[in-house]
Amino acid sequence: MLPLLGLLIRAPWQTLPQRLTAPGVLAALRLSLLTATLATVVCLLLGVPLAWLLARTTFPGRGFVRALVTVPLVLPPVVGGVALLLVFGRRGLAGEWLDATFGLTLPFTTAGVVVAEAFVAMPFLVISVEGALRGADARYEEAAATLGAGRWTTFRRVTLPLIAPGVAAGAVLCWARALGEFGATITFAGNFPGRTQTMPLAVYLALEQDLDAAIVLSLVLLVVSVAILAGLRDRWLGAA
Amino acid sequence: MRVRAFVLAVVLAVAGCGDGGDPPAAGGVGGTVTVLAAASLTESFGRVGTLFEQQHPGVKVTFSFGGSSGLAQQITAGAPADVFAAASPATMKTVVDAGDSAGEPVTFARNQLVLAVPKGNPKGLTSLAALAKPEVKVALCAAQVPCGAAAAKALTAAGVKVTPVTQEQDVRAALAKLKLGEVDAALIYRTDARAAGGDVDGVEFPESASAVNDYPVVALKKAPNPSGAGAFVTFVRTPQAQQVLADAGFQRP
Repeated sequence: MLPLLGLLIRAPWQTLPQRLTAPGVLAALRLSLLTATLATVVCLLLGVPLAWLLARTTFPGRGFVRALVTVPLVLPPVVGGVALLLVFGRRGLAGEWLDATFGLTLPFTTAGVVVAEAFVAMPFLVISVEGALRGADARYEEAAATLGAGRWTTFRRVTLPLIAPGVAAGAVLCWARALGEFGATITFAGNFPGRTQTMPLAVYLALEQDLDAAIVLSLVLLVVSVAILAGLRDRWLGAA
Repeated sequence: MRVRAFVLAVVLAVAGCGDGGDPPAAGGVGGTVTVLAAASLTESFGRVGTLFEQQHPGVKVTFSFGGSSGLAQQITAGAPADVFAAASPATMKTVVDAGDSAGEPVTFARNQLVLAVPKGNPKGLTSLAALAKPEVKVALCAAQVPCGAAAAKALTAAGVKVTPVTQEQDVRAALAKLKLGEVDAALIYRTDARAAGGDVDGVEFPESASAVNDYPVVALKKAPNPSGAGAFVTFVRTPQAQQVLADAGFQRP
């Protein structure tokens, strides 16, 4: 909490209105919110099935796959960015093929930002959802199956509602991590205002020149993310 | 036991900070000289430091290399250091204005931009004007860092408008994008292109003359080792040290 207090005390309150309306602030904020949300969607689409595989099935090398899932947590994000470039870059393993076949290049694009954020944030979702699945009683699913429900119906009507709080918590962690992502983003997607310059990148570059501007940008990011997270939490608690 | 070991470690660390390492040897210069220097000086200052240690037996030089602006912030925030070498006079000014320098900074080297391209120059880029073509992917430094400011000046002088695919946070990051093959060209310092060895060719262009970067060095006011700081600042301007810098691609001031 102390560093947060330091930011609040050190903030240039007098010049705050001018700084907030400075060009680029809104663009970076919009890009940050958009990419973090898209990255969370990507993580949900890929991460929930992966968590289900890890929790409900047995296959050779499952322990190894589970360890691989946590790799982005351990890997310094800058190295993650380089690894993404080696795979999806212009000369990368998959990137060269993507470019030749579809004319698609990920580095230096907004889609590249989403890929970098999803890569780094995915473990938060998979680990929470897998935990929720292990905590959920599998007998409900078995009961549903004996009553004639198919696998997909069981998953949709029984499993998902059971683990909804775990999925929600995982998605929130995932979103928050994606929002603050810096290293992999600047390495893989570069930095261009309006296209790949998210708030953390804008903060870092502002720091090179103007400490006050960096503090204001950080405060904006903090206030917006806390407001969104608090708002979502109330809604979920109200629904529960 | 562990607590006692920890306390001992802290006491030793504090004692180490206090006297700057070993006590000064005869002749006034000794102990450890801590130098904060711009990232572009990494290779050349490493060699200059070795020469300095050879000339002053018993002295140890430790470097911390990084972006000039970040180092300047560390100094004004009270980081214990003896010497600061920056890649731009503007960054040095922030340290001088904060009252953290001992004396006036002196310029000890100059650096110019080159048009860096992959080895063999596959796209045949020979001038700044070639960078304006839409099919050429260019990495520049962000305008907030010295190499970005220099690039903007050179492009203005050439009357060329370039839309880079990325504005990198420092010159080495721009070089990394070039080495990885993600961009076709980058405007970086001649010294960085040379340090990249055989991977990168540096194409000289006339407009770089209008964006020459001066490198100032200064001893710091709160230096734990003032005599060592003074000796190092003097040493970087000796012919011996200047030769090392020239070999790395720097120009003499």
